[in-house]
Amino acid sequence: MSTQQGRPLPDPIKMVTIPSRLDYTITPGEAPTRFLRGILEGRILAERCPKCGKVYMPPRGSCATCAIPTKEQVELSAKGTVTTFCVVNLPFYGQAVEIPYVCASVVLDGADLPFFCLLAECPVEEVRPGMRVEAVWCEPSERKPSLENIRYMKPTGEPDATYESFKEHL
Amino acid sequence: MREVAVVSFAQARSVRRDILRNEVEILMPVVAEVVAASGLSRDRIGFTVSGSCDYLAGVPFSFVMALDGVGAWPPIEESHVEMDGAWAMAEAFTRLQHGDIDSALVFCFGKSSVGDLPDVLTLQLDPYLVAPLWPDSISVAALQARAMIDAGLTSEREMAEVAVRSRRDARQNPYAQLSGDFSVDALLAEPCISSPLRRHDCPPISDGAAAIVLAAGDVARGLCEKNGRTPAWIRGLDHRVDAQNLGVRDLTKCPSARIAAEKAGVSAAPIDVAEIYAPFTHQEILLRRELGLDSKTRINPSGGALAANPMMVAGLIRIGEAASRVHKGEARRALAHATAGPCLQQNLVCILEGE
Repeated sequence: MSTQQGRPLPDPIKMVTIPSRLDYTITPGEAPTRFLRGILEGRILAERCPKCGKVYMPPRGSCATCAIPTKEQVELSAKGTVTTFCVVNLPFYGQAVEIPYVCASVVLDGADLPFFCLLAECPVEEVRPGMRVEAVWCEPSERKPSLENIRYMKPTGEPDATYESFKEHL
Repeated sequence: MREVAVVSFAQARSVRRDILRNEVEILMPVVAEVVAASGLSRDRIGFTVSGSCDYLAGVPFSFVMALDGVGAWPPIEESHVEMDGAWAMAEAFTRLQHGDIDSALVFCFGKSSVGDLPDVLTLQLDPYLVAPLWPDSISVAALQARAMIDAGLTSEREMAEVAVRSRRDARQNPYAQLSGDFSVDALLAEPCISSPLRRHDCPPISDGAAAIVLAAGDVARGLCEKNGRTPAWIRGLDHRVDAQNLGVRDLTKCPSARIAAEKAGVSAAPIDVAEIYAPFTHQEILLRRELGLDSKTRINPSGGALAANPMMVAGLIRIGEAASRVHKGEARRALAHATAGPCLQQNLVCILEGE
């Protein structure tokens, strides 16, 4: 510690905390709006590419392969297949679900793109690729324009889907 | 140096707030238009690079989402700069120098309306000593305007004249947001919003997107011949950066713009048209001097950033607008300039020439 005229200097400042906040008003866009209106009614309205026929769920308004707008809506059932998954055993700040829990990538029947969701009502050691699952929806009174209306996916008990049937979506 | 030309340009109409569409939906028709206008099929484009800013969107990695609008599957060679599309174009130009590919797509997008833009831009400033005071972008620009007026380099009247000319010219630009006939005296009768700046001295807040296609050598010649355009050859390109901290700069000067103009070769021959990215009126006056432009050069026939200022896009629009003048044969030699950061901290100068 250096001194000045015999007096010790205060400790050097090594860190400052500067609060900073920005507020945004985000609108989802045309295609996500169509999708969220469906979700509000408990329906899954995916969109099909007019050129290659791929079905996007959730739709973002474009086909990522053809770079053209998707407009045609395709209603999907809330059943699908687990393509891959991850078991979360680590606690972290802001965790909303009790550990251990499973995040799964699920491709809904008729969709060409998996979506990310919670998987529950199933022992974590039994989760596997190819497992058949279905949506558990929140109560109609709790519905919001959000994919969170699907609380989680749970096993249907059907026989597993073959690897061939979902390998393209891994 | 390998010869590279701008072969096509497209832009979205700038609007104050595009509530209905997300970034991908704004961008997709622009990219489709620029690719179609280039004469190349999508699979012939060798490199794709974008410019955008997550702070505008309020979403991390928002540029990855934008790739949904450009057909990035099967995988493409792709890059991104967290800056105006003009700098994405500089990267594409550099990439084309390798000689293994002949064309590149450059696109950019920005929804300035989603957040509070003057506050978002505060976060460009020094995070320890300046940003915590939250000087917004208009106040920071006002410091520079005041310094210029105090130094006798401009006046509020001259600044108002820039606004009047820009908005009058913007009447001819279908993509502009602010246009019309105004009188200098009427504008000067308005109150200051951040002294000495009045509303007309500041750019509008705009949502928009733009894209260009670059091609090299004979590929560019062939494409432009087929489309009945003169290739807009990039004969000079340079960008420089001034110090970030406003306190260590003389705000009445802009050495980064002056050096970039020298290195790009502005003074080698007369400039017919210059598209200058000056978000504030006094900055056009400063840049005209630093870029070495005289009254023989037509400045901002598009109306410039005072007519439409989509963040991350307005710089590439300047390049596209200047290139379009060359494409149509209206200009033989054009200058395009882009800026980023507070008080013209970063500057890019591009010289475009016909055959």
